[in-house]
Amino acid sequence: MKKSLGRRLFLGCNLVFLALLSLMCLMPILHILSISFSSGSAASAGKVLLWPVEFTPAAYQNVFGKPEYLRAFWVTIQRVVLGTAISMFLTILTAYPLSKETHQFGMRTFYAWIFVFTILFNGGLIPWYMTIKAVGLIDSIWALVLPGAVQVFNIILLLNFYRNLPKELEESSRIDGAGHFTTLWKIYAPLSLPALATTGLFTIVWHWNSWFDGMILMNHPDHYPLQTFLQSIIIKMDLRFLKSQDIELMQKLSDRTSKAAQIFVAAFPILVIYPVLQRFFIKGIVMGSVKE
Amino acid sequence: MNQLARRWKREWPLHFMVVPALIFLVLFSYIPMAGVLMAFQKYIPTKGLFGSPMVGLKHFKYLLDYPDIGRIVFNTLYIATMKIIAGLVVPITIAILLNELRQEWMKRTFQTMVYLPHFLSWVLLSGIIIDVLSPSTGIINQILGLFGAKPIFFLGDNKWFPYVMVITDVWKEFGFGTIIYLAALTNINPSLYEAAEIDGAGRWKQTINVTLPGMMPIIILMLTLNIGNVLNAGFDQIFNLYSPQVYESGDVIDTFVYRMGIEQAQYGFATAVGLLKSVVSFILISVSYVMAYRFANYRIF
Repeated sequence: MKKSLGRRLFLGCNLVFLALLSLMCLMPILHILSISFSSGSAASAGKVLLWPVEFTPAAYQNVFGKPEYLRAFWVTIQRVVLGTAISMFLTILTAYPLSKETHQFGMRTFYAWIFVFTILFNGGLIPWYMTIKAVGLIDSIWALVLPGAVQVFNIILLLNFYRNLPKELEESSRIDGAGHFTTLWKIYAPLSLPALATTGLFTIVWHWNSWFDGMILMNHPDHYPLQTFLQSIIIKMDLRFLKSQDIELMQKLSDRTSKAAQIFVAAFPILVIYPVLQRFFIKGIVMGSVKE
Repeated sequence: MNQLARRWKREWPLHFMVVPALIFLVLFSYIPMAGVLMAFQKYIPTKGLFGSPMVGLKHFKYLLDYPDIGRIVFNTLYIATMKIIAGLVVPITIAILLNELRQEWMKRTFQTMVYLPHFLSWVLLSGIIIDVLSPSTGIINQILGLFGAKPIFFLGDNKWFPYVMVITDVWKEFGFGTIIYLAALTNINPSLYEAAEIDGAGRWKQTINVTLPGMMPIIILMLTLNIGNVLNAGFDQIFNLYSPQVYESGDVIDTFVYRMGIEQAQYGFATAVGLLKSVVSFILISVSYVMAYRFANYRIF
């Protein structure tokens, strides 16, 4: 079919517009990357645009040579591994009974509302903080893992997935004498791998990116996860990091190239995996929002 | 009785599966809900929730007389409302434009690029934004300088601050927002377009008369579900980008609660403010879910 001139003009403009728009999303990150590989003087003179000026990896050597940064990185890895494992276990386990019909599980609706109510209402910041303090988790890695262990949205997403699985599968496994645990473990879990991938990736990214809990639940900066550490170094310039002889270190960590390098290192794992994640995320979001 | 016992025998594994998550919820969601009692107390940490003296509605009265409270509520509503509107209009527009691309690989490439900021935390993005918008070395002000403009302190100027919040928030989230609308677009029956074409409608007419009506249910649904967010101006973003000089235009309920409660240790007062917010949000979210259920047949589970 032949396209009219107006149509071709529109398609051309549309393409240019969308290209500019996507560049707008990438450029700030490229800019930061270029700064991180430029020399300190070029960066502070504002000569760097989208390509490194006077290329040097010094900022990265500086960052990876800092025990503070590596320690924070390690805390984040711990919270991602522990947090994701515990959350996924709870999500798989809880979504199963909640996906049953009322005639199969009488209290199903009651339980479901107990879960949903926590996304509708919360006690607010201070009672939440006081509770965690009373439980004795302050300054421990578990404070970053346990309070957010139940992810109600993920449970809902997975239970909707379970509900769309053919009922016959469960019936036949029950007839074969399998109990609920066997049915969940042998039938439901393997069949819901795409949904599990989605919720798992949601959880990983959530843990990787969390910073607020680290800031208020950790008294000692040594226990900060990476994002909290960066928040204090890059945004708040927290003076607690300063031991008196460390003025020079502070200057090094807070100068422009070093800040840029720290941001980029923290973003790097996400930059690498997100294009792969994207199809899972899309599936997950569409799955969670569209129901039969 | 016999029936109950039989039922228990059949259903106990299901109860058993709910219990672990339930314990976590009680511990970290329901006990804090009971903790809102602090809003009516002069809370003393060493005496705890049961030993602290009650003060009735003192904190709420104090809040009403608090000089900045009107401004804080206004800032919250202003920033949140602009975000909701822009967060609806921009992704819908981009989704329609993306849908005009005929090559699948192009669509996917653009999508992948615009999602990127969504996956990064506000800490990292704030680090980037602070650098890019800096009045002395920031690239935006350098570009403006080429046109002879004086440097603008975007993050330190009350005229600019709320809009910078809205723009950077849209920048972070619009790509992700397009997912849901693109999904809705691909579900529109192609025969509707063919019929419109036979009737002589051009692409623009088709967009107005087929695409938009086809997206209407999901648009209304997203708008309704967003009503619950009018008190959420975006703590993570504002907290990382604001400073005392922009409190006038950028201080919102959540940042205020944080400063009062965590920094100044006015536990009772901060809890009272947080409780008011939670109650109003709860009403709004409940209403919006009921409306979404009525109008779009939306169910959570």
